Amino acid sequence: MKEFAYTVKDPEGIHARPAGLLVKEAGKFKSKITITAGSKHGDLKRIFGVMALGVKTGTTVTISAEGEDEEPAIAAIEAFMKAHL
Amino acid sequence: MLVLEGKSVFAGIAIGPVILYKRMVHTVAGHVVTNPESEVARFRAARLTAQNQIKALYEKALTEVDEKTANIFDVHQMMLDDLDYIEAIESTIRTQKMNAEYAVNATADSFAKMFAAMDDAYMQARAADVKDISGKVLNILTGGNEGLVTLEKPSILAANDLVPSETVSLDKNKIMAFITEAGSTNSHTAILARTMGIPAIVGLGNKLVANLKNDLTVIVDGFEGKVYIDPDATTLSVMSAKLEKDKKHKALLADLKGKPNETKSGHQIKVYANIGQPKDLAAVLDNDAGGIGLFRSEFLYLGRDNFPSEEEQFTAYKTVLETMHGKEVVIRTLDIGADKQVGYFNLPHEDNPALGYRAIRICLTQPEIFKTQLRAILRASAFGKADIMFPMITSAKEIEDAKAIVSEVKEELKLKGIAFDENIKIGIMIETPAAAVISDELAKHVDFFSIGSNDLTQYTLAIDRQNTSLDRFFNAHHPALLRLIAHTAESAHANGIWVGICGELGADQALTEEFIKMGIDELSVSPASILPLRERIRNID
Repeated sequence: MKEFAYTVKDPEGIHARPAGLLVKEAGKFKSKITITAGSKHGDLKRIFGVMALGVKTGTTVTISAEGEDEEPAIAAIEAFMKAHL
Repeated sequence: MLVLEGKSVFAGIAIGPVILYKRMVHTVAGHVVTNPESEVARFRAARLTAQNQIKALYEKALTEVDEKTANIFDVHQMMLDDLDYIEAIESTIRTQKMNAEYAVNATADSFAKMFAAMDDAYMQARAADVKDISGKVLNILTGGNEGLVTLEKPSILAANDLVPSETVSLDKNKIMAFITEAGSTNSHTAILARTMGIPAIVGLGNKLVANLKNDLTVIVDGFEGKVYIDPDATTLSVMSAKLEKDKKHKALLADLKGKPNETKSGHQIKVYANIGQPKDLAAVLDNDAGGIGLFRSEFLYLGRDNFPSEEEQFTAYKTVLETMHGKEVVIRTLDIGADKQVGYFNLPHEDNPALGYRAIRICLTQPEIFKTQLRAILRASAFGKADIMFPMITSAKEIEDAKAIVSEVKEELKLKGIAFDENIKIGIMIETPAAAVISDELAKHVDFFSIGSNDLTQYTLAIDRQNTSLDRFFNAHHPALLRLIAHTAESAHANGIWVGICGELGADQALTEEFIKMGIDELSVSPASILPLRERIRNID
């Protein structure tokens, strides 16, 4: 299992569009990928789950991936978040 | 005539015939099915058709509106592909043995409720997205058509609510305005109205549709957030005049934006904006201000019962500086007195607050308050081009004392390694007769002057401008005032510093030519006055 923590910088938090793109990105990998915000977590491949977390700016989330392609998955998602969130 | 109030999304006026839009509501008949798998198949087929419809809307939005709007449909596609959504529907069909329509409706409801319960206005508005995509699927399942509205003539569209697909599928050349009963300023209808530049008012309440029928005349006042149904003659004439005025202003904007503030002979003068809060910034940028000549910092101190923290102040100043993208922002330090409601300052009651313990006097007597503000301004100065300006100055000693405190704060920040603009410019308001008369002396101590003509006029003429019984004695162009301004300008230039005017006189077009002759370097006015002033300047020889 690999994971990383990230503090959201986008003033709108994780809004609909970035959530969707994040989900698309996660969907490219076979591993199970989870996003955790505080006590809540969701499947990063499911847009409603991600949006339901209501992640606001300044919140730190943890992304963890478990599976055969967990390393490239984590790398790709971390890069995506740095670029768009 | 009925007047309704709602939340305006766009400042504009529309007067015209209304057209009502009522979405085809399918009463969802739920019933038990004997073959759940064929219901699942029905749902899957309908879902695919809905995806194609949404894709078409995406393309239409991309060509007719903009990418940001088109992305709304991109998100809709992702929602319609979401496994949680699909599994919820299919499992309802299989475990409850209900028809597809029932399952889609129930799932739409529960997902919409989830969004509506969130504590973020943006997320709450996303409930409409779920309803939109589910409505599409339902429409296909029940065999309805796509529900497009065709407009024959320019009209004002009224509805209970509009979902994005409805809004985008409309002919935007025929829509003069939107008005809806429901809706927040975060809804897609609102976002679209803003993007497409259409006057719109949402949240008008459930009296709207009931009181309308097609072709009734309606006035939409986006400035006030009011809708007038079947207006009387007086209202119609007042609002038509307002509409004309707005059209002229918008034409002016279009014509003058980006043009220099230059007379026919090539003399240039800066035209900046006066603001009271960060939310005035939109108007500043819209009206093409060259900078902010007066950022009144009092808003940070008013309407509360404790002092604003350094952090709060810092955030406000930083926002303004960043939004102005390197354009000059003159921040005036706190200009409060006993005439304002600031109980927590514990200002002693005064018989004469205009001549009392206020502004720089408070700051010099209670330097902790001053230092907090200066620290916030200096920290923010790292993010843009800030100038500091002291109000209510009457002597060189006051300037020296104030600058000493600024230096202290700079040293403290340096020790902590906190970045700030080392070369931040410091100026003063010339708003007391004393300051104007000895301006030749004061000019040696500062980087600029800004003439606060409102107070300067009152103090010089010894008249309270709010007292209308004194109108016959009041002269806004009093020669004494003009002499003081001329002398101030001379003093400034003799000492190589710039001089501006930030009071109402700056926007007084009767004086513009005289100010230019005096060599005034900058006029700072309310955002709405900028372009008319530019027009005036460009018409001067």
